[in-house]
Amino acid sequence: MMRAIAQIGGPVAAILMLIAIFFAYEPLRRPFGGTPPPVEALTVERAVLDENGIALKVRADGTEPVTIAQVQVDGAYWQFSQDPPGARPRLASAWIKIPYPWVEGETHKIVLVTRNGLTFEHEIAVAWPTPKVGATELGRLTLGGLFVGVLPVALGMLFYPALRAGGPLAFRFALALTIGLLAFLLIDMLEEALELAGRAASGLNTALLVWAVAGLTCLLLFGLARAGGAPLEGTALAVSIALAIGLHNLGEGLAIGSAFATGAAALGGYLLLGFTLHNVTEGIGIVAPLLDRRPGLLLLAALAALAGLPAVLGMWLGAFAFSSHFAALALAIGAGAILQVMIEVGLLLGRDLAQGAARFFPITLAGLASGVALMYVTALLVPV
Amino acid sequence: MTGWWRWIELSRRSVLGAGGLALAAGAVGIARGDYGDPVPHAPVKTVPAGVASPHHAAHGGMLTVGEVDPARNGFDPTRILTDWDRGRASTLADGRTLREFDIIAEDKEIEIAPGIVFPAWTYNGRVPGPTMRVTEGDRVRIRFANAGSHPHSMHFHGIHAARMDGVPGAGEAVPGESFVYEFDAFPFGCHLYHCHSVPLKRHIHKGLYGVFIVDPDPARHPEMVEAASARLLASADNAAWQEFVMVMNGFDTNFDEENEVYAANTIAHAYAHKPIPIDRARKVRIYLVNVTEFDPINSFHLHANFFDYYDTGTTLTPTLKTVDTIMQCQAQRGILEFSYAEHEPGLYMFHAHQSEFVELGWMGFFDVRDAVA
Repeated sequence: MMRAIAQIGGPVAAILMLIAIFFAYEPLRRPFGGTPPPVEALTVERAVLDENGIALKVRADGTEPVTIAQVQVDGAYWQFSQDPPGARPRLASAWIKIPYPWVEGETHKIVLVTRNGLTFEHEIAVAWPTPKVGATELGRLTLGGLFVGVLPVALGMLFYPALRAGGPLAFRFALALTIGLLAFLLIDMLEEALELAGRAASGLNTALLVWAVAGLTCLLLFGLARAGGAPLEGTALAVSIALAIGLHNLGEGLAIGSAFATGAAALGGYLLLGFTLHNVTEGIGIVAPLLDRRPGLLLLAALAALAGLPAVLGMWLGAFAFSSHFAALALAIGAGAILQVMIEVGLLLGRDLAQGAARFFPITLAGLASGVALMYVTALLVPV
Repeated sequence: MTGWWRWIELSRRSVLGAGGLALAAGAVGIARGDYGDPVPHAPVKTVPAGVASPHHAAHGGMLTVGEVDPARNGFDPTRILTDWDRGRASTLADGRTLREFDIIAEDKEIEIAPGIVFPAWTYNGRVPGPTMRVTEGDRVRIRFANAGSHPHSMHFHGIHAARMDGVPGAGEAVPGESFVYEFDAFPFGCHLYHCHSVPLKRHIHKGLYGVFIVDPDPARHPEMVEAASARLLASADNAAWQEFVMVMNGFDTNFDEENEVYAANTIAHAYAHKPIPIDRARKVRIYLVNVTEFDPINSFHLHANFFDYYDTGTTLTPTLKTVDTIMQCQAQRGILEFSYAEHEPGLYMFHAHQSEFVELGWMGFFDVRDAVA
């Protein structure tokens, strides 16, 4: 025991000493004394517009604590209060509350001026009252979530009888199509996660976390699903696919919810319609592993709920508690889950092909291509 | 679909342009149409709780937060208004007055708006530099020492020899060295001095400027003795006046060649937080100089009153009569004369009439009272 402590304590003590030496003899300090000006950075994470004016949630993101000295709104210094007050240390956040008479539907530019005179801009592109948590808003968001999540998945499942009638070829086709659609979603989610990561405070290293979380999620789900020792197929595989798609739809809900909260909801209807059509393919993917058996209606309903309801949760979170950092991580978890089911479906198809069923190869390839193509074409319906 | 998170940052135009699409899909549930008419919301309360002083009511919440500590800066904008530096006076062999000044250029961090520090270059540790006030015909000698980190100079707007011009190659002092400027004070008027080292923009906007007032000598203007005497500091006629100096300036705190802060005498909203007391029985004279960098002009607008204006202050009769707004390009200056004798006491606003400058700090009040202690 003592030996273990010494073996760990030794290197730790050496690291601490190194830090102490560094601060005592900062090697990059200017030769003639003085310190270079501190690097200040601020990230605006949330904006709330209501009858009290504008409130911004800001996060300090530099080498030194950041003091917000003054606030300009549309080029005018404006009275504000900060909670908590004072200099904010690295990665700490604060709310800036500005009693500004904002104008609905117009653009407002807020400039935060730090103690050193650096300026950080935040644009409120379309001023719109931030939705408050209430029965009406929750109901509206829930309805939106059902439209974008549950409805298309259920619609997709309606293709089940047709696919089933197609026999073994249709089964392979549907599985391959599932891989294609999942590949599309995987790339889409990773790109969106990284874009959001770029918007979070840089000190949080969100982009790195996105890769790590996606990879670990994939491994974890892979391990859990195979706890029984057998590769996934049938109902278990369908549940896995539904879960992965559910996590993806959570991310979509987050985005729509936050767009709704920031005034971009003007296009919400068109956006939702596009997504609804886009997500129909997901329903086909979920039922694909079930084509060689007879699932009950209850199971199908449960799968649709698992894949679709997270969109509702995402809408709520996006509208009322959006954070680029956590949204990126949520998307990363979804990406990991999708990778896991891609592997499982791929292995299932692979076993088929390895058994010498070369006649299945063309239909598999066609399915893959159709999956990507369907997702691409329906994505054109979603305005970017 | 990547990138559609950008919906969050929609430009207003694209939203308005796509309004028709939104209506088409209104049935889906969260389209704009569902909000109905623009959501009525209570008028924003613009004056936050805890802002007590009455003059805050005059501008809603549009003001910098907090106050600048003059002790920390080493200069007080209220004192700068009337802080005339007359130099050390002595009499020359020919009977003329010699006025000697010591000016030191030094780097100094100053607080230009509550909480915002600016790495300034200063004359004698203040921005604007000392208001040097001499009389027409005086011999003026300035010992200029450069304790800063860059070459600096003092370029006077006045009449002098080329050697005394304070430009690179003629009267510039490198760090650690000094130079003596000497000339006769002509013509009378409201003038300025500033550093003329290059790059010029930076040397000026970092704070190296000040006011140089040459009072008319009544003996040289026999036809207008009274007018000249009223301008001559400490004369009996001058006692009827309340005189202030205001330098309109701006600060580019993030060095993007645009000013973040505008002010009269450096501190944003200094005279809004602490109005200038005025005894309404006495006339008011303002020596106004514009040194604002990056913007082509600055201006002065007086509320509820009109003034006579002496462009450059080099005449004893007004160059503009009965105006309430004048504008000045950089280095243009002049004298404003007005009275509140017929006004009721109260807070009378003054500011640049570029709204942008007002909203970024260049605004103040005269606190007109029956008697000022």
